Parts: sequence; structure tokens; C-alpha cells
Amino acid sequence: MINKIVASCAAAVADIKDGDTVMIGGFGEAGSPIELIHALIDHGAKNLTVVNNNTGSGRVGLAALIENGQVAKMICSYPRTANSLVFPELYRSGKIELELVPQGTLAERIRAGGAGVPAFYTKTSVDTPLAEGKEQRNFDGDDYVMERGLKADFALIKAKKADRYGNLIFNKTARNFAPIMAMASVKTIVQSNELVELGDIDPEHVVTPGIFVNRVIEVNNPQQESKLVKEGVVYP
Amino acid sequence: MSNNSINNQTQEKNIGWSREQMAQRCAKDIEDGSYVNLGIGIPEKVAQYVPEGREVIYHTENGLLGMGNAPSDDELDPDLINAGKKPVTAIPGASYFHHGDSFAMIRGNHIDVCVLGAMQVSEFGDLANWSTGAPDAIPAVGGAMDLVAGVKTIYIITQHTTKTGAAKILPECTFPLTGKGVVSRIYSDLCVIDVTKKGLLLIELAPNVSFDYVQERTDVALINAVK
Repeated sequence: MINKIVASCAAAVADIKDGDTVMIGGFGEAGSPIELIHALIDHGAKNLTVVNNNTGSGRVGLAALIENGQVAKMICSYPRTANSLVFPELYRSGKIELELVPQGTLAERIRAGGAGVPAFYTKTSVDTPLAEGKEQRNFDGDDYVMERGLKADFALIKAKKADRYGNLIFNKTARNFAPIMAMASVKTIVQSNELVELGDIDPEHVVTPGIFVNRVIEVNNPQQESKLVKEGVVYP
Repeated sequence: MSNNSINNQTQEKNIGWSREQMAQRCAKDIEDGSYVNLGIGIPEKVAQYVPEGREVIYHTENGLLGMGNAPSDDELDPDLINAGKKPVTAIPGASYFHHGDSFAMIRGNHIDVCVLGAMQVSEFGDLANWSTGAPDAIPAVGGAMDLVAGVKTIYIITQHTTKTGAAKILPECTFPLTGKGVVSRIYSDLCVIDVTKKGLLLIELAPNVSFDYVQERTDVALINAVK
């Protein structure tokens, strides 16, 4: 029998090791798996490389993971936001490494990693500082930069509905990086607002097929990052 | 900053187009049936001014085609936001997709027009709009490089000069580039300029603005093509 449902967020993240690469879904707070991130803070794995579009806001969720000293390196496209309190200081004092990647290149690197493609060429960043040191090639008269596929040990993502096979659907623009991160990670851990029976998600509507998912945990009423930030909540 | 800036020659007040008028002027050039991506800031305002009778679909790179207006309090959903992370709505006929597909739309030349802001534009249409290159700055690029590399037509809306009066339209960008030779047209508060192989063609002036007034605030020789 296949049953990917696990009992708690703590159990779901228990085998994340020091030095692992962890992809974390979300674009700002939309799609951020905040309960799983908090479980990772409780768990304490260190020296992580984290892949996310941003670096979190306030002092909860991803920002709290960074503030807790668990992240050695961020791979992201936009490390600043209106409520970026944690990352800027650590970056300026040299306590965290940053690999800045254009957003579409980041997405394609993740998709390529998940699809077994080790590298690809893109026009994005040609003639800019972000292309420095990268192999370039001309195709049909245009210059392209080679970018590497990106894989991870774990992905932490958030879904709207999941079944025990790990089939997923998402809510609106909270989908963002989640489906491709699920593909690119050895173990994909999902917090879902709702668990449903097999067949309840129409096969025509499945966004992420269960093959890309390893663990599912139901989190009925996930916390809302912007609300916590507004209230000045600090995790842990 | 540009060495060729016009010192102490800041612009007179009440001359040229307002932010709203710049957006409105740009919106006139968005054709019926276009798929359009609007950058953060003044470009966002373009959506309000697309002439009646034209149907335009707005793309936001975080995974939505068919972006609508800002939500009412009842409609607000923190899972439905735009690339600037502001709450939006989805129009009937909208679609959601993941980041890989969203940037395939961009990189794969499926988006017709993108309107962005600028720190600097060169006479060859090079764009700098993501970093001043200052050593203490935290670099952040977002989707800007992908948009200029992949979208068919790039329009720029920008104040003609910086707040201190320095030219933003230059022989060469001094800030790190977002993309080389990517800009098609510039809408400033003073005029509309086309980037062409012959050079920068000034095609339209804001009311009560003269060609010479614009030229004095531009570090590149402009070609007067006002009809």
C-alpha cells in the first residue's frame, strides 16, 4: 500500500541533515510552507543551502530559519523585500553567501534539474555581470549563457489539496515554484491545507502527480506570514 | 552617476507629462489582443489607460495570465498576488501556472509587450534597471533580465532625468546592464523616443516642451522626428 501521509511536520523533516540543499516553495508569502519551515527550525539542521525566490520577511518562516543561523547559502533572485529584516545584515557582515540568479533562470534551472537535464542555454543575463564566468555559445546568430540544472535533497512546499498518493493541486498564485521544486528534489515534503480521498482530485486537474511527492502532512489552518509579520511575531 | 550630468539644471515644475500621463501615452501603443507584462511602479498604471475597445491580457510572472484590478476587502486572498507581491484579482478566462511555464512564456517570446522602469538607457537601447553597482548594495534582479531577453517589445517609462537632474539617456550605461540592445521605445515625462539603428528618434514632445529642452537633458544627440 502506498501512503505518503505522515503524522506531523516534525516527523516530516526529521531526516534533513546538516549541509543539505533544501528548496522552499513560495513567492513572498504566497505558497510559503511556514509550518514546515518552523519544524525545520525546531529540528535544527545547519549549514543548509536554501533555494527560494526571496529571503523571507519579518522574523518568521524563511527569515527565521536564516536568523537562526541554519542557512549558509541562499540561491535566489530577489533577496530584498519590504520587510527584509534578517538577510541584509547577515549578508553585509559576510555571514551568509548569496548566489543571485535571474528569476526565470532560477525556475528553468529547477525544472531542468527535475527533468534530468544537467545544463541548458539561455539568452537571459548575456552581457550582464550575472553571466561572468559562465560558458557562452552562439546559436543561429545569438549569444546564450550556459546554466546548470539545480537539484536538492529536500523540497518543502505547500498545496491546497493532496491525497495519499501525493497528487497535488494548489491555490492560485501560491503554486509558483512548488511543482518544479517537487520534481527537482530527492524527497519532497508537502504541507496541504486539506487531505482528500484517492479520486477526489480529477486526474485531469492534478497539477503535481504523486510520483514527485514523498511525504504529505495536513495543516488545516496554516499561519499567514504577513499577519505574523504585522504582529511582530518572532519564531521560535 | 553620469559624468555628463547637467548640474543644477533641474527641471522646471509643471512641465511635461505626469506619471499618469506617461502611463496613458504608453497605453495608446498597446495593441488590441496583446499579452502584456507590466513592471512595478509607473508601468503598473498602464493597465488603467488602455483605450476602450481593446482587449489586453496581463501576465504576471509569478504565475497568472489574466490579472485583474486590485481586490475589494472581500476578494482579498494572500495567495493571489502580482510580481510586486501586491494583492490582485483574476479576470474570467484567467489561468494559473507554475514558474517554469511562466518564464517559458517570457523566454519563449510568447509575451508581446513588457513595460519597465529604467535607471539608465543607452543610445543603443541597452537597459540598466536592477543595480547601481554600489559595493554595499544587496544585489536583487528578480525577473528583469528574463523579461528583456525574451519579450518581443520592451517599452520603458521613466523620468527623463534623475532627481538631481542627471541624464538617464546616455551614450553608454554606467550601471550594470539588465540587457543589451533590448529597448524599443522610451516614454519620458518630456517626450517619446524610438531606439533605431540610425539613433534615438524623438517622435513626440509633451505639451509645451521643445526639442532643445529635451536635448539639453539628454547626453546623446537626438534626431528630431516630430511630425
